Amino acid sequence: MFKLEKKETIDQSSFYTVPLIAIGCSLIFVFILFLLIGKNPVLAIFIIFIEPLLSIFGLSELVVKATPLIIIALGLSIGFRAGVWNIGAEGQFTIGALFGGATILAFYPTSGIWILPLSFFIAIIGGVLWAMIPAFLKARFNTNEILVSLMLTYVAILFLSGMVYGPLKNPDGFNFPESRLFHDSGTLPIIFPGTRAHIGFLMALLLAGLMYYLLKRHKFGFHVKVSGESSRALVFSGKSTNYMVYLSFIISGAFAGLAGVIEVSGPVGQLVPAIPVGYGFTAIIVAFLGRLNPLGICFAGLLLALTYIGGEAAQIRLGLPNAITGVFQGVLLFSLLAAEAFTNYKVSLKKMRGNF
Amino acid sequence: MQNILEIDGISKSFSDIQANNDISLYLRQGQIHALLGENGAGKSTLVKIIYGIIKPDHGSMILNGKLYDPNTPEVARNEGIGMVFQHFSLFESLSVLDNIILGQKGNQKKDSILERLDDLQKDYDLQIDVNKIVATLSAGEKQKVEIIRCMLQDPKIMILDEPTSVLNPSEVEKLFNFLRKLSKQGMAVLYISHKLHEIKELCDTSTILRNGNVVKSCDTADVTINELAQLMVGRAIDNKIKLSEPKQERVLDIKNISYTNPDIFGTSLKEIKFNVNFGEIFGIGGISGNGQTELMKVLSGEVGLNDGNQILYHNEDISSLDINERRQREIVFVPEDRLGHSAVSSLSLSENLLLTNLWDHNFFSNGVIDTNYTDEKTSEVIEKFNVQCNASGSLASSLSGGNLQKFVVGREIIKMPKLVVCEQPTWGVDVGSASLIHNYLIEISNSGSTILIISQDMDELRSICHRIAIISNGVISKPYDAKRITPADIAIEMAK
Repeated sequence: MFKLEKKETIDQSSFYTVPLIAIGCSLIFVFILFLLIGKNPVLAIFIIFIEPLLSIFGLSELVVKATPLIIIALGLSIGFRAGVWNIGAEGQFTIGALFGGATILAFYPTSGIWILPLSFFIAIIGGVLWAMIPAFLKARFNTNEILVSLMLTYVAILFLSGMVYGPLKNPDGFNFPESRLFHDSGTLPIIFPGTRAHIGFLMALLLAGLMYYLLKRHKFGFHVKVSGESSRALVFSGKSTNYMVYLSFIISGAFAGLAGVIEVSGPVGQLVPAIPVGYGFTAIIVAFLGRLNPLGICFAGLLLALTYIGGEAAQIRLGLPNAITGVFQGVLLFSLLAAEAFTNYKVSLKKMRGNF
Repeated sequence: MQNILEIDGISKSFSDIQANNDISLYLRQGQIHALLGENGAGKSTLVKIIYGIIKPDHGSMILNGKLYDPNTPEVARNEGIGMVFQHFSLFESLSVLDNIILGQKGNQKKDSILERLDDLQKDYDLQIDVNKIVATLSAGEKQKVEIIRCMLQDPKIMILDEPTSVLNPSEVEKLFNFLRKLSKQGMAVLYISHKLHEIKELCDTSTILRNGNVVKSCDTADVTINELAQLMVGRAIDNKIKLSEPKQERVLDIKNISYTNPDIFGTSLKEIKFNVNFGEIFGIGGISGNGQTELMKVLSGEVGLNDGNQILYHNEDISSLDINERRQREIVFVPEDRLGHSAVSSLSLSENLLLTNLWDHNFFSNGVIDTNYTDEKTSEVIEKFNVQCNASGSLASSLSGGNLQKFVVGREIIKMPKLVVCEQPTWGVDVGSASLIHNYLIEISNSGSTILIISQDMDELRSICHRIAIISNGVISKPYDAKRITPADIAIEMAK
């Protein structure tokens, strides 16, 4: 029988080495995978992971994809630190996109600098409201927040479809299931002309900086830390466990909702049923790969964004299915968890005895 | 008398800690031998080596004249070594008989076990109803089951690890009688404890361990309790400061509080009432699991009470206030469990200081932690209470139990609170630190603080309290004068 035993001392450097080891293992895995399916592994890895970084277009797309990942992961990291598991960020992202997008459409074609801030605000409210459902059920009836938040994702996605097929459908759109294109006042400014890179990315970096400071220096960060270590100590410090459940869901819901409206008012520019493309789930990997640390999350967000772009490139250049992105992300999460386990535990071979 | 077990030069180290260093001792037939030492002195390691759980790095053991090198507890049992652990390893939902049968090796017939059980019960006064479910037994009865399980293996040597920590005084007396009978029959007993008067009363010879070394082996009759204590701690123990008399002014007045525990295995509190006077140290004794933790949580506000329950503090009903509102009224709390309750091991000492000061605006400006102020306050606690650590940034997990407890207690009493509510303030703490903590408590009580101590350690309560009440099954007894309460009183109240 193998047995996992908790190590007494954990090397401090593992904070940095674990994600690097995980990335290394995942690369080795895809290398072998490419070999097995008869593609040149060196070329494939170059096309997926290096080439996008060599052009302005690639870099700008990287930023576009990284923005929602970073913002959602920042919100999720709070709950994950505190031991509250919001798996439904995808749903909160969708509701944020819908609420924000609907606000912009409601003021079509009015122009005004206030339209975007207002739609951001409404989107955040939407994300929070959606997140409050699992939070309330958990606090009140002790339901499992993982299941409830996950299930609500599918409700949110269908709700978005319902709205886009129905009331929000473009009246001049030949019955296609999509909204009007947002007018200029409902579109995020672009940082670099000619690309899709918008100021949402700067907002993500700003939020990461703010979060870093709050976690390190603010009372709020202290509560999050204590909650993650021991709920009894949290109660002893004067906060209830339900307080932490609500706080975690409010923050992650707000961040996911914000990411949603940034996505629709930025690169997408309208409401379509395919707004949710899995950023909410990938952000879970981003949060853990970034070690729940705001700065780490920025790097991890960029890396995972690279897998999206690289996946598309692999599709076009190598004729590989788009699933390569999902495969790499899955292997990465798996390697991360394994590397984490081997850092905190040691494996020992034990003979089992029935009689002790 | 003949040596049954000879331990010769046993050493064992764990990474950089020398748990046992060149330890030698002899167990003789018909003798009760005490293994005495503070927490961390190396007692458990040595016992685990004898019982085959740990292999020593150096040294050898000779059992009945033959080299003895057990690889597993099974080998140890077959060689005639029986062990009663401090924590019971019984199946709570099974009957006593099932538990006993499960503990036997091989396929013994139920009838033959029953027969031997009968003899045992007659010979050693170990009466117990074998059809009872273990969960319904008292701690003393559970220990009896463990002892019976052990005795059925016909041991030559019996090892008991802190066996009295869960027993009430009359159960302790019974256990002692049983052990004396055993030794008369020629069995060797290794009795592990840090309770000095027990050792003085029961044991023929003693081996005292300190920091993994044998400090002395001697006949127990030749040394006084004070000498034993000094040998164990390594220096003279601070004398207790004298307690001054409390004033007749009620600080805390608990009126009939009841609390129904949502956990069906937990204890509910029933019509608890008592009062504590200004400057008084009031003790609540009792065997663990009789409502102490619940009472502590109710007093701290960590769990709420239904309407109609009143906790009067200086004539104000504080029962609906939360823990920080109570702290604002200069009440402090020290719960039993250091790890994960009163302190968080993965946080630094400064952060642990903040844990109970989140209501205090001095530590924050606009919600941002004032780290300089926090570090300063932490250093004050470290200095004043002689906490052995590197700095205020040290992780709580890097401190020994005694030092962390000094910190956790010091963190509260440095504020010179009006009321201290603490549970097991010296649990798992070495004797030196325990006596320091006791002196701090007496000191602040002399300067006007009121103190409520909930503890299982009756000696602790008797030595520092003015009055003592006993909690049993969630019901609290009338208060006794700490100087007059007798073991008989305690036993009666604990059995209620």
